[in-house]
Amino acid sequence: MTSDEGFLFDTRAIHAGQRPDPESGARAMPIYASTAFVFEDAQEAADLFALQNFGNIYSRIGNPTNAAFEERMASLEGGLGGLAAASGMSAQLISLLTLATAGDHLVSSNALYGGTFTQLDVTMRRLGIDVTFVDFAEPDAVEAAIGTNTKAIFAETVGNPGCTILDVAHFAALAHAHDIPLVVDNTFATPYLCRPIEWGADVITHSATKFIGGHGVVLGGVIVESGRFPFDNGLFPVLSEPSPAYHDLNFWENFREYGYLMRARAEVMRDVGAALSPFNAFLLLIGLETLPLRMQRHVENAATVARFLREHPSVAWIRYPIFDDNPWTTLAQKYLPEGPGAVFTFGINGGYDAGVKFIAGVNLASHLANVGDAKTLVIHPASTTHQQVPHADREAMGIGDDMIRISVGIEAVDDIIGDLDMALRASR
Amino acid sequence: MSIDLVPDASAVERLRIIQTSQSVALVGVSANAIRASNFVAAYLVRTPFRTYMVNPAYDEVLAKPCYPSLAELPEVPDIVDVFRRPEAIPAVVDEAIAVGAKVVWFQLGLRHDEAARTAVEAGLAVVQDRCLKIEHARFSGRLHLAGFNTSVISSKRRRPI
Repeated sequence: MTSDEGFLFDTRAIHAGQRPDPESGARAMPIYASTAFVFEDAQEAADLFALQNFGNIYSRIGNPTNAAFEERMASLEGGLGGLAAASGMSAQLISLLTLATAGDHLVSSNALYGGTFTQLDVTMRRLGIDVTFVDFAEPDAVEAAIGTNTKAIFAETVGNPGCTILDVAHFAALAHAHDIPLVVDNTFATPYLCRPIEWGADVITHSATKFIGGHGVVLGGVIVESGRFPFDNGLFPVLSEPSPAYHDLNFWENFREYGYLMRARAEVMRDVGAALSPFNAFLLLIGLETLPLRMQRHVENAATVARFLREHPSVAWIRYPIFDDNPWTTLAQKYLPEGPGAVFTFGINGGYDAGVKFIAGVNLASHLANVGDAKTLVIHPASTTHQQVPHADREAMGIGDDMIRISVGIEAVDDIIGDLDMALRASR
Repeated sequence: MSIDLVPDASAVERLRIIQTSQSVALVGVSANAIRASNFVAAYLVRTPFRTYMVNPAYDEVLAKPCYPSLAELPEVPDIVDVFRRPEAIPAVVDEAIAVGAKVVWFQLGLRHDEAARTAVEAGLAVVQDRCLKIEHARFSGRLHLAGFNTSVISSKRRRPI
């Protein structure tokens, strides 16, 4: 037994959160397909329900297979702990509902996954939580949007799909100067390429459906929290005042740095119910074992494909921050030195019609609404992922009708390039 | 340990303390069921530790007798687990040294470097700003079940505690 501080990332991707099962000796993580767990006795049951002990009760609140996934993600992100959720969207919702309630306000980047934009713009507003969307290329505008009822700044490390890069350290410092946490979605970077907690972020969310799983087989999400934010600063009564959902338990007083994650699990996840299936947790754990190897290949292939597209006569523009003329390259080199992920966009000469022909022309690349698969994926955001975003907002987010989003897979890069070249020629 | 260093126990030292200790005195424990000290006590009474409640304000906590001071306990506790305000810590440390305890443990949120140095000079081990419940749960696997990062990596089948 030793502390994981001595083990490097690639080792923790395989071992953190899972030691051999003491009962059976199973070396692989067993799938605990059990809705509920037998108590040792009446006192243990009472202690668990009162949160006086940690243990298994019911798989909506916690499950041993999910716990392995949660701890492994927390270890890789450098956080205090984790909470698995059924999807990235539910992880994000729970991460924010643990901080904010009706009458509160969030400041969010406008460079977001379309589904996230809609969750914040429509569902959060309907719950009474106001949201201001700001272009994070203008830090002064972000600060100006923070009000007395603001509970968090939210952004994606690598924006979907524009490949904008969050200045994590700057916005963490800004958030902390206003006594609020920085919540970062790290889906496109994965902890292999960027660990926002090391730069000051407080809460991390993931759609584990993407690179974490890596095979495009299951939905999943996870929240990781640093344990460093002082939620007793007076701005977070949901954490530091007695909770009516737990016989007036004060989460911060009882659990201090563990309070955010305890409330996220024992109150918000318990009541929202978007628990991750342990079958999915098992597949996500298998995926994590190869995360370092896959991400190395993803960024290597992405850079090669980006350089090919940049020179192609049918390509009008490309937004991948490895080129000197991309405004985000400097931040990308700082926060993602091994490469800014494998998802980016390019514009096709000929606009909407050429985009349709391109999508029809690919054979190896898959036309679907997902990213972060081992397979190369392409999509036309204006007509799919960002369709529900109002046209004006879409334009403000930089999503034009000529835009193609690509998620570069880990196939042989020459085959990816051959397929794209064929489709680009067909688009003319 | 150099006297200039702030005394505090590493993860390996905390595990050794938990593995080698058999009795714990909870100084300043509350009888109020929603206070943190009561949560810790409710957890520790369910472990193999022999636990002793210490608080002159109560006769009983969690149906166990509550003692006014460390000197009144039926045995010398291995660990003195402190739930008092920072200004009360030096007196508790003096008391722990006087009865011959092996470890003084300042709970989560509590630090007192001067009192910690006094304890180290007297030969006691010191843990600061940590929760004994959470550290026990870290090595027993309970904390893991709540999704927390225990930092434990091992391919051994048996748990350390």
